[in-house]
Amino acid sequence: MSDHSPSTATSAPAKRTFRIWRGDKNGGGFKSYQAEITTGMVVLDAVHQIQAADANDLSVRWNCKAGKCGSCSAEINGKPRLMCMTRMETLPPEGDVTIQPLKAFPNIRDLVTDVSWNFEQNKRITPLTAPPKGDPDLFADGTFRMYQHEVDRSQEFRKCIECFLCQDVCHVLREHDLHTEFIGPRFLVRAASLEMHPLDRADRTSFLKYQANIGYCNITKCCTEVCPEHIHITDNAIIPLKERVVDAYYDPVAKVIRWIFGAKKS
Amino acid sequence: MSSAPISNAAHQPGWFATERKDPWYVSPLAIGALLLAFVVYSTAVGLIGGYHWLNGTGYLSPFYSPEIYGWGPHAIWQGAPGFWPEWLAKVLPFSSAFLILAVPAGFRLTCYYYRKAYYRSIWLDPVGCAVGEGRKTYWGENQLPLILWNAHRYFLYLAIIVGFILLYDGIKAFWFPVDAAGKQFLWTVGGKAVEGAAYVRTTLDPTHEAGWKFGIGLGSIILIINPLLIMGYTFGCHSLRHLVGGRKDRFGPTPCGQYKAWRFVTWLNEHHDKWAMGSLVWVGFTDLYVRLCAAGVWHDVMIYSPFAK
Repeated sequence: MSDHSPSTATSAPAKRTFRIWRGDKNGGGFKSYQAEITTGMVVLDAVHQIQAADANDLSVRWNCKAGKCGSCSAEINGKPRLMCMTRMETLPPEGDVTIQPLKAFPNIRDLVTDVSWNFEQNKRITPLTAPPKGDPDLFADGTFRMYQHEVDRSQEFRKCIECFLCQDVCHVLREHDLHTEFIGPRFLVRAASLEMHPLDRADRTSFLKYQANIGYCNITKCCTEVCPEHIHITDNAIIPLKERVVDAYYDPVAKVIRWIFGAKKS
Repeated sequence: MSSAPISNAAHQPGWFATERKDPWYVSPLAIGALLLAFVVYSTAVGLIGGYHWLNGTGYLSPFYSPEIYGWGPHAIWQGAPGFWPEWLAKVLPFSSAFLILAVPAGFRLTCYYYRKAYYRSIWLDPVGCAVGEGRKTYWGENQLPLILWNAHRYFLYLAIIVGFILLYDGIKAFWFPVDAAGKQFLWTVGGKAVEGAAYVRTTLDPTHEAGWKFGIGLGSIILIINPLLIMGYTFGCHSLRHLVGGRKDRFGPTPCGQYKAWRFVTWLNEHHDKWAMGSLVWVGFTDLYVRLCAAGVWHDVMIYSPFAK
């Protein structure tokens, strides 16, 4: 394989300069470090190399190195990305590589931010609410059947690794600091995974409108662009939820239909 | 939870502040330029009030269809409507486009894809992902006027009707008017075939074609592609996706018709942006083609002529 060819192994490894933000909530600045680049290397490898050789006190959060734990989120050349999934050859071949911590959350130190606000938002969402006894969808033995084509939608949302890149890039949080009012795309995805679940019986439309403030989302799709799991956050989660809010609050015809036939969760 | 802004010294605040090294500004600039060009073009075309049909053919500009009131052979009622007051006509002469442009304009203005496009390109909120904004206040779609965008589904209902009317126009573009001898029939004004300024707010002579014959012109093909693109865009609408099945959580043990309808709309919806921009460009091009032919700048190419020699 060309990746391990003798010529690659014997040639001098290329060096790249990394501008890494060093500091904490009180301030800081970019510092430049050199790292040797080898084939197949990811940005997190370079950060570890720098940490081992030149900056033992560099703070960086990481865990699985496989794009599944969502720990190593940062901004690489200005884009929110996972460091462990950003291969060096996908970056421009020339110039420095800039690494910053996430912008939407308070900085603790260097590349580590305090993302605990997200876990507080998660608690605000009504969890999956199973059908009560006597629900017509329940079998006599109290079990419930759901089918693959019914759960496909929710399963897409279950791919989320909670890296919070979508929260970081969302301009409502990132630029307008509306953390007290807007729940963010990650938790609209979670709400969608529950709302669309065939077993669920809770109604979260009031929460979505008045507390999650889904109206703040102006669907500019940056969350979808940065999602490392390629979840169609805007098209499959947020817009369908917005449409459910329209059904409940903005569509007079839907209101009349509900008035005549009664409201039911279908 | 603190309401204080996140103080993150690692990032510069303000307009366009970013560490991005890719040409992030190209897409919003290109889309913004295209949208603005379309708005200017469609407004100008709507104000002209003519050159929207081609004599001797069934071609009708999609910007003027359906022509409810107007002066051409496609108009349901001839002339300006009675509700268009004279004082207004002096400053803004009636154009049949006025009665119809609001439907596609409203549908596209409230469309989820176009919202993304113009929030980024025109309103710069945000201009690009992880690119700085200088605006201090933000209401999102929570307050007037943007809360009105929740009426998108009502524009959808109207847009579906218009889509079928444009399909009718596209089919009609394959039919050409003939006289009793089977030759091309031309509508006239004062005994002369309609051309030039006679296309604008001029009452036609009360002569009629003897019939219609099937033929194919380049305009026929352009006019039939137009509704196909518009329907691909309309039937991939996010609101329609919700209404046909997305609002449901259960579809039953076997994929039912409702589920299949939802899958079909989803299939179109996956490329809603391409349908949106493709249909926008093509509808403008279709109008331009009819307009240039009517103005005599370009002559329609007959591929299969129905006319007797």
